Amino acid sequence: MSDLRLHDLTLGYGKAGSPAAVQGLNLQVPSGQLVSLLGPSGCGKTTTMRAVAGLLPLRAGRIVLGGQDVSQLPAHRRDIGLVFQSYALFPHLSAWDNVAFGLRLRRVAQAELQQRVDEALASVGLQTFAARMPAQLSGGQQQRVALARAMVIRPRLLLLDEPLSNLDASLRLEMRAEVRRLQRALRITMLYVTHDQDEALALSDRVVVMREGRIEQDATPADLFTRPATPFVARFMGYENLLPVQQGALRGAGVAWPMPGLPAAVTHLAWRPSAVPVVAAAGAGTPGQVEGQIHGQVRARSYLGETVEYLVATPLGAIKGIAAPDAPWLEGDIVGVLLDPARAAHITGALP
Amino acid sequence: MSWRTRAARGVGRPSRAALALLWLALVFLVGPFAVVFIAGFSGDETLAFPPRSWSMRWVLHVFTVDSFQRSFVTSIAVGVGSTLGALALGVPVAYALSRNLVPRVAGPELVRTLLTLPLIVPGIIVGLALLNHMVLLYNLPVLASLLVGHTALLVPYAVRVVGASLANLRTDIDDAAVTLGATPMQAFTKVVLPNIRGGIAAAAVLAFITSFNQVPVSLFLTGPGISTLPIEMMSYMETSYDPSIAALSTLLVLMTIAVVAVTEKLLGISRYV
Repeated sequence: MSDLRLHDLTLGYGKAGSPAAVQGLNLQVPSGQLVSLLGPSGCGKTTTMRAVAGLLPLRAGRIVLGGQDVSQLPAHRRDIGLVFQSYALFPHLSAWDNVAFGLRLRRVAQAELQQRVDEALASVGLQTFAARMPAQLSGGQQQRVALARAMVIRPRLLLLDEPLSNLDASLRLEMRAEVRRLQRALRITMLYVTHDQDEALALSDRVVVMREGRIEQDATPADLFTRPATPFVARFMGYENLLPVQQGALRGAGVAWPMPGLPAAVTHLAWRPSAVPVVAAAGAGTPGQVEGQIHGQVRARSYLGETVEYLVATPLGAIKGIAAPDAPWLEGDIVGVLLDPARAAHITGALP
Repeated sequence: MSWRTRAARGVGRPSRAALALLWLALVFLVGPFAVVFIAGFSGDETLAFPPRSWSMRWVLHVFTVDSFQRSFVTSIAVGVGSTLGALALGVPVAYALSRNLVPRVAGPELVRTLLTLPLIVPGIIVGLALLNHMVLLYNLPVLASLLVGHTALLVPYAVRVVGASLANLRTDIDDAAVTLGATPMQAFTKVVLPNIRGGIAAAAVLAFITSFNQVPVSLFLTGPGISTLPIEMMSYMETSYDPSIAALSTLLVLMTIAVVAVTEKLLGISRYV
């Protein structure tokens, strides 16, 4: 296994002058680790992966694998495995022959080939399905064959392009655990592309959030979850209440809500709904009033079982907060929301 | 889906009028062939329908006519040769079009349009053009110009039929093969080709039959001593009016049906045509 480094990678489709899909990307995947590229569709994550695999020529930059510059190496000589979202099994070959394909091209001797293919199929729990054709396999089984096919060649790096997104929810969780188990057991260096933040957090040693061809944040799952660096990452990580800070205060229509002791660099404060208690309005209970809490009118109320989630229209904008399931307020009522800066993520906007 | 299963699903049974129309269409399509088929087994001296007597003499006579034998061999050779030529040119073109490998400058649409021209332009004009070009300009021998002319006519069939089967094939399997260590050529031969065998066979059968039945282009390109079977049949009819032409036509139709039936049985080509 080798580490992967991307230096100032610029990628695009079509003519050289057309807009770049990925701009000046720098990235490192340490040997034996799993790094995710996370972002919405169109953020450049799949483009990056195709370039690493050698399926897309670079406009600029370098791809270094295990100390070797592979930027100009054709795809078939890179020794990089790729698992496709669509599985991309060869329809005319059985599961066994699909897995054997890469080894046959490498002219591996028959006895070793037999052993390695059998082992690879066993490692994904499919030894009894070896003779099946792809059309006779379920989606999850096809994805396992695709995984075995990519791993059996012992690639220097394994790329996975949204490998679980075509599976149903329960199978997705099962396969997620499977990918993690294989990655840990075999110490495979993996670059994993996904748009699902739960998947990225659960699987990865590091998560790289991408947006419009650039990196927004490159952090451990825990850091990403608790300390998003940019408003975009905060939203992506479920911080649904994102408020700009101006001169040490949150400001709305005619209201200033001072946030004492806030570092000057903080540009936004972000709260998850679960960090914003909804309480009875103090004082006169008029909209917009500030009495250690901010008042607003309930716009929507949804029962979530352990809590009730409220959408409250305040002078700072719509705020999502929670209350105990027996909270009495209904749509139209005036309530207070508590925006505690200590429970907020501090966003400086600057990249780490 | 047969109308019985459609009826079972409540779509409704076809009306009497629709069935009558269906039979009328079948009679219209098959009728002329039935006439030729029956006339081929005539025992008379001249072509007539219905025959006054029956025999196999004209069927057997066909095999003794020297010009039929020679032109049959020519037709087979031209058919096989131009089919192979059309596949050799058409399969790569179809692959390039399906994988967006045609450079934008060349314009995939332009390529597609150029390739449909031989299907749209009347055969007489194509024949005349080829005559001017190959025979008069380059002085190509008859057999060579027949081969080139037919190949040009058949390339569109190859591109379209093979293209239809490529369209049913996922494009990412080529990428998968390449990341597993296959060169682009190996990806094509080991992964793409085995999956479009049926389409290629369908294209080959269609191309061969088209070449074998081709008249207008061949008319211009055949020359002294070398002729294709349809052209030879036409010139035979100008001088003789015996039932051997009907007998020969019957044999040709049976041969065509046999070829299509066998390939359909082996490869299920009707999906592609």
